[in-house]
Amino acid sequence: MKTLKQELKENIIEQLNLEDLAIEDINDDDILFGDGLGLDSIDGLELIVMLDKNYGIKLTDPKEGRAIFESIEVMAKYISENRTK
Amino acid sequence: MNSNYYISSFCSIKNNTISLNGSMVYSNENMEFLEFIKAAYKSLDTNYPKFFKMDGLSKLAILAAHVLFKNENINQDKDNDIAVVFSNKSSSIDTDRKHQKSIENKDDYYPSPAIFVYTLPNICIGEISIKYKLFSENSFFIFENFSAQHLLDYANSLLSAGKTEKVLCGWVELDGNQYEAYLYLVTKIGTILHSKENIIKFYNT
Amino acid sequence: MTEVYLSYNNIVSSLGFDSETVVSNIHNEISGLQLIDDKEMFFKSFCSSIINQKELNNSFTSIAVEGNFTRLEMMMITSLNSVIQDTKIPLTKNVGLIISTTKGNIDILDKNSKFLEERAYLGSLGKVIKDFFKFKNDAIVVSNACVSGVLAVTIAKRYITQGIYDNVFVVSGDIVTEFILSGFNSFQALSSEPCKPYSKNRTGINIGEVAASVLVTKNDTNLAKEAVAILGDGSCNDANHISGPSRTGEGLVRSVKLAQKEANISFDNIDYISAHGTGTPFNDEMEAIAINRLGLQNVPINSLKGYFGHTLGASGLLETIVGMHSLYNNTLYSSLGFEEIGVSQPINVITKTITKKLNIFLKTASGFGGSNMAVIFKKINMTSK
Repeated sequence: MKTLKQELKENIIEQLNLEDLAIEDINDDDILFGDGLGLDSIDGLELIVMLDKNYGIKLTDPKEGRAIFESIEVMAKYISENRTK
Repeated sequence: MNSNYYISSFCSIKNNTISLNGSMVYSNENMEFLEFIKAAYKSLDTNYPKFFKMDGLSKLAILAAHVLFKNENINQDKDNDIAVVFSNKSSSIDTDRKHQKSIENKDDYYPSPAIFVYTLPNICIGEISIKYKLFSENSFFIFENFSAQHLLDYANSLLSAGKTEKVLCGWVELDGNQYEAYLYLVTKIGTILHSKENIIKFYNT
Repeated sequence: MTEVYLSYNNIVSSLGFDSETVVSNIHNEISGLQLIDDKEMFFKSFCSSIINQKELNNSFTSIAVEGNFTRLEMMMITSLNSVIQDTKIPLTKNVGLIISTTKGNIDILDKNSKFLEERAYLGSLGKVIKDFFKFKNDAIVVSNACVSGVLAVTIAKRYITQGIYDNVFVVSGDIVTEFILSGFNSFQALSSEPCKPYSKNRTGINIGEVAASVLVTKNDTNLAKEAVAILGDGSCNDANHISGPSRTGEGLVRSVKLAQKEANISFDNIDYISAHGTGTPFNDEMEAIAINRLGLQNVPINSLKGYFGHTLGASGLLETIVGMHSLYNNTLYSSLGFEEIGVSQPINVITKTITKKLNIFLKTASGFGGSNMAVIFKKINMTSK
């Protein structure tokens, strides 16, 4: 799980172009959307693509995504339970 | 019958150099466009993290606007009545190619919404409108070459019809490593006449 | 202030190749949308209105010896030709040409395209159209997301008011491509069924393709019977987000207020609203909020996306032309696809074709980049049907 969380932080920084953030800046339980990391709706859609591309998980409802993308902790748990890649 | 309008300031980004009203504010040779524009962002204290999510065209446009508006003391905390009239030759083709590439291989088919949203040239105007609270008119024109006449006529028509207080006009072009930005602000009060001659003179500066 | 009119017009679409035929189909609530299952075009089946290629070829060969034209160019030339023929105006230096499109010949970027990449540049599209008809002035190409079609009309008005042109031909067009379908699909915005603007169970947009043309003129002689005057326009950015509309509809509200101020009319004078209504959860909700903020919730309103899908850079002009005919015919057309209301504020959606005396309509449009447009039009021919 530790490696997955690290990987997620790296992926998020790269995929979402968060260039002024380092992995150390993201805590496992930081809220990703809204006031936390400040991600927006397009970032949410990008994370849906990332789930499919990197982990083989297909989500079709963006609202479902919001719950899963609450924090790195929540994401890692969901991915390890549902990944097909 | 048109009143006289004026060019208040202008900014150019070309040949790895950023100039404001003809004076250099940043230069860095021997860099490809993307590296150059990011280096300029850092050097000019832009402090706008959304910059990194933008495509090349929007990065170019927002940096030019930052330099020009900083000089004009435009306050980002309130509405600004400034229309935006931009133009270029290549539309958003630089980003279009990226999106096209992402759908070329059916076995590796992951089109990105963050790329797709930038496959419209007017998005760079949207980015500037968000940063500076411009609840105003905007239009994006495509011309084969920079057209001072069209920008002159259109900006004049907006001002004389009372549609706006000021107009930010420009040519913001990006195609691979070929890039060029030229923005100027047209106002109702000033000293330098808003004329075709001056638009071209400053474009060539 | 010079009065400016919209006059002769044409629509090339899956519902017909002339405005009257198209409007007649709309009158009968016939949709141009179909379920398309074409794995060459897109990996999953999608709902769209696609122009029949054979019909387009037939129409085009009566205008030109089949040259080297792209699909979009054929559509636009067919449409614009019809309007130029109707108006009989010689194309002098006082006549302008405005083209509106979001992606133009974007299908040329596909590696299987027989055209060279330079043809994908929008300036090339402008040149092809200009040279075909031998316009004296270069085309002015407008590419401003989904407000382009109606923005082009106001740009024409500005050039006429400035005295630069007496007449301006405006032609808009966009085609259905994998480029567009894949993009909107990545936004989770594509509906696999016909779209349902303002409805509870709406799930997204359909993409459609159309070419539409109109003459914008200051001459009030020899106007088409369905001609309208442009009373006022307003365009205000949301200054909020590059793809999502403002949750308060701020830009749209400001745009309508500006248009109304310039038109110098009361909101009570607006008989009909031709809205954007794409069928996405956010767009339709934003519009309902904006309409209520303006106090226009009782004005009959429709979206025409249920007949054609979202035709992007052409939608604004296509829908304006249908609005012109709506006024002339004193008929309100059904907002096809609408089922149970699914927006948080009440709006008066037209649910079936009905006759009603109409004089003034408001056209609104919104697009990526936070753009919004509102234009108010008034019927000229008071002895209409």
